[in-house]
Amino acid sequence: MKKTSDSRSSHATLHAASHGSLKGYVTGMALSLALTLASFGAVMTDFVPRGYGLATIVVLCVLQLIVQLVFFLHLGTARDQRSNVGIFVCTGFLIAVIVGLSLWVMHNANVNMMPTHLSVERAMAHD
Amino acid sequence: MTTLSTHQSHHGHSHDAHHDDGTRTTLGFWIYLMSDCLIFATLFATFGVLANATANAPTGHALFELPYVLGETLLLLASSFTFGLAMLNLHAHRRERVIGWLAVTFVFGAGFIAMEVFEFAKLIRDGAGPQHSAFLSAYFTLVGTHGLHVTCGLLWIAVMMHQVSRFGLTGVTRRRLSCLSLFWHFLDLVWICVFTFVYLREFV
Repeated sequence: MKKTSDSRSSHATLHAASHGSLKGYVTGMALSLALTLASFGAVMTDFVPRGYGLATIVVLCVLQLIVQLVFFLHLGTARDQRSNVGIFVCTGFLIAVIVGLSLWVMHNANVNMMPTHLSVERAMAHD
Repeated sequence: MTTLSTHQSHHGHSHDAHHDDGTRTTLGFWIYLMSDCLIFATLFATFGVLANATANAPTGHALFELPYVLGETLLLLASSFTFGLAMLNLHAHRRERVIGWLAVTFVFGAGFIAMEVFEFAKLIRDGAGPQHSAFLSAYFTLVGTHGLHVTCGLLWIAVMMHQVSRFGLTGVTRRRLSCLSLFWHFLDLVWICVFTFVYLREFV
């Protein structure tokens, strides 16, 4: 019985790299906590100059996503993680296309197709 | 002793084959998560397009309370960390501690959902329900979808606590816990985008 648990625990340490360690989780937690507090702090205090607020929180968001992907989801360059990383990168591309192009198209539609200087009556008279 | 060791090697062999199966299942679950990611991407895109379509209903700036959102965020972050501790104990074969940390994770997650339900109820009471503007519809859809995912995760955690206590840390329960771990951490990733682009963006 003892032997079983021994062989199993050696099996566990063999794969510890892809499973993460206590140190990894604590580091991830500390970094995430710091980045979360920085995000809220940037908005709730006047520390960040006006006009830079959005850029600041977007950068902090991306940083925290990377931290959690690495320390909690164990994405990395390890051999057994390659397919996961590949799929993730493809998804990231699709997300960029969906979100980025939606915002771009709808922004253009708003700018070009919103005749705010025309009243409804005059717009109808144009026809 | 000899029989024991041959049994051991046989066991080790079948365990390895099992482990391979587990990896494939985890890969499949990862692909599911990525498709789930696309659902959230479309909801974020919708929200981004409609964020200014408030139609004389209250804006997010008037409705949201950042300290409250910070509280929700910290609860979910803490639950993500405690799930990590459950996984560490899973790999160290400490069954009781796995169940213990899963219970702690469940409590944090349930606290998050309770805060969110309370927040939604307050918004609806204050006349800012989903029917009042396109912005509020998009907000309730996006944040509500995330909340539903967390609720499903809570249900899954409860089921896994039962399975681990009933069947122990077998190949099957380990594989399921690995998938649940990915799911739970993934929900925290989505929440990072939610608090940044839904809540904080209103105040910059």
